[in-house]
Amino acid sequence: MDLTKEKRLWMYRKMYEIRRFELEVDRLFKANMIWGTCHLSVGEEATAVGAIAALEADDMITSTHRGHGHCIAKGGRLPQMFAELLGRETGYCRGRGGSMHIADIETGNLGANGIVGGGVPIATGAALASKMKKDGKVTLCFFGDGANNQGVFHESLNIASLWRLPVVYLCENNLYGMSVAFSRSTAVKNVADRAAAYDMPGEIVDGNDVEAVYHVVKKAVERARRGEGPSLIEAKTYRWLGHSKSDANVYRTKEEIEEWKQKCPIKRYRLKLVEEKIATEEELDRIEKEVEREIQDAIEYAKNSPEPSLEDIADGVYA
Amino acid sequence: MAEKLYIDALREGLREEMQRDESVFLLGEDIGIYGGAFGVTRGLIDEFGEERVIDTPISEQAIVGMAVGAALSGMRPIAEIMFFDFLTLAMDQLINQGAKIRYMFGGKAKVPMVVRAPMGSGTGAAAQHSQSFPGVFAHFPGLKVVIPSTPYDVKGLIKAAIRDDNPVVFAEHKLLYRVKGEVPDEDYVLPLGKADVKRKGRDITIVAGSIMVIRALEAAKELEKEGIDVEVIDPRTLKPLDMRTIIDSVKKTGRVLIVEDDPMSFGWGAEVAAGIAGSEAFDYLDAPVKRLAGLDIPIPYNPNLERHAVPQVENIVEAVRELLR
Ligand SMILES: Cc1ncc(C[n+]2csc(CCOP(=O)(O)OP(=O)(O)O)c2C)c(N)n1
Repeated sequence: MDLTKEKRLWMYRKMYEIRRFELEVDRLFKANMIWGTCHLSVGEEATAVGAIAALEADDMITSTHRGHGHCIAKGGRLPQMFAELLGRETGYCRGRGGSMHIADIETGNLGANGIVGGGVPIATGAALASKMKKDGKVTLCFFGDGANNQGVFHESLNIASLWRLPVVYLCENNLYGMSVAFSRSTAVKNVADRAAAYDMPGEIVDGNDVEAVYHVVKKAVERARRGEGPSLIEAKTYRWLGHSKSDANVYRTKEEIEEWKQKCPIKRYRLKLVEEKIATEEELDRIEKEVEREIQDAIEYAKNSPEPSLEDIADGVYA
Repeated sequence: MAEKLYIDALREGLREEMQRDESVFLLGEDIGIYGGAFGVTRGLIDEFGEERVIDTPISEQAIVGMAVGAALSGMRPIAEIMFFDFLTLAMDQLINQGAKIRYMFGGKAKVPMVVRAPMGSGTGAAAQHSQSFPGVFAHFPGLKVVIPSTPYDVKGLIKAAIRDDNPVVFAEHKLLYRVKGEVPDEDYVLPLGKADVKRKGRDITIVAGSIMVIRALEAAKELEKEGIDVEVIDPRTLKPLDMRTIIDSVKKTGRVLIVEDDPMSFGWGAEVAAGIAGSEAFDYLDAPVKRLAGLDIPIPYNPNLERHAVPQVENIVEAVRELLR
């Protein structure tokens, strides 16, 4: 279709950025510089990037508890993200939100969410607003396979279909909701099968193939923009690391994890770009070096940022 | 008597009741092989199997609603909600169904169920994973609400909650799971609706619940050095609320400080304050009733802000000094 070299390199860069960002988060967490908990999406980068690549800049997304990748792909800035995780005043939420609540209204990111399924009706409502305002925007709703069993998921999809709202529901099926395997939580074989119940298209895509995700989501976004209503897309992928910082990983085997590591979306895309002569190894190395520098600068920025002041503790409770 | 962690005492209570009564079972998210997000149910699946330690999909409304239905049909379900915050997703089933069924049916049905959940801030989990709002449930007729503060209490009270024929909301504070205390090995049950005098004192009464009991006791130790003798009352259950014990204490000391983990506005502390003001203890008061509670804000992520959002030991010490000034 319409993937330029520039866009392809952008996709490579963003996936690499997400990977490096999260590995640094992991490191800073272990060094006790990050407080609380956080959920990393290492291994799932292609879904976030491929899907968001199919949007226009002023389209909107809602995100999940595992939202760093979505935020970065939507244009979130690394310094403000690190600053948020370090609890600093310069962070996206002025140190009040942390990993699970980063939002960036400017880039159309309506927020990560600590409540599983919480973003699904919010995305639907944003799409309703677009329809009412006729602003031509589409909202992309990220959610996990676990979230597809919340009542609000079903309520939202029904309404979105009924009212032909410009929204795309994108399930990142990483095969587990915390310790519960998808097959033990969900009565159908695929989340996408549920689309039939709401009379909307349901598509399954290899979530580790960034271009495949892009093409499927692009089609759904165009449909939504034409006023034909929502779609449900299921990207099959895998999270390499534990659910959060306190997961002993007792519910899955080392072999399974290893097998999925072999399907690394970034390595795989790199190979493709070089094989298809879209980029040289040197070009890709250069991108990686640039990202590396940006990451280190962003961490420095965060470390040198001030803590929020106690006097302002109640700022923002009301408008 | 052995020293045990709160979390182990709680698990022991669950285990003993499951052994005692076949109709007791657990359901919730990740409570099986994972053992629950905080490890409360660790190992129980090995002992009781998947039929009685049931991993559910992420469906809070269904979890609580199914507990209501199973209780109505002769079982004694214990539903775990992973974080207290997520009880909001199950409000209809808890409040409009579970709490009301017995009365609506003319007293001809029973709903013997427990909903357990860890509440509270102090772990950096931010606004949607850190709330304490047990008082909300105490507002609704038909529910009982328990806020156990010590390993001894948590074991005795979970057993009482399980044996109770009403829906009980059992609010554990996640910072208490690692607190140690004496717990007897033999079977014991603590009555719901009976406050406990956690420390005897002469000069002032502190009424504190959940984690604030631990902080009040620490504050009392501090204040002792200044010659201030603090009495600490732990209501243990918010509904039913044992006002008698509180009133008797205030009559003795003449001063009272109420300490809550929840946000101040419309909190259970106001209920206690009104209970004191409306009782004979009012005539014994040497100072106005004072409340310390969480700020009226969502819990912030940043550790300094987070700490500041709910009362700490030093705030309690300061408030007592003020009351005695
Ligand atoms: C309403 C609610 N219930 C439970 C949780 C605890 N929790 C957080 S993430 C999670 C698993 C979510 O699984 P899934 O939707 O598949 O997303 P994944 O973590 O796999 O990315 C659970 C149970 C929560 N945050 N919100």
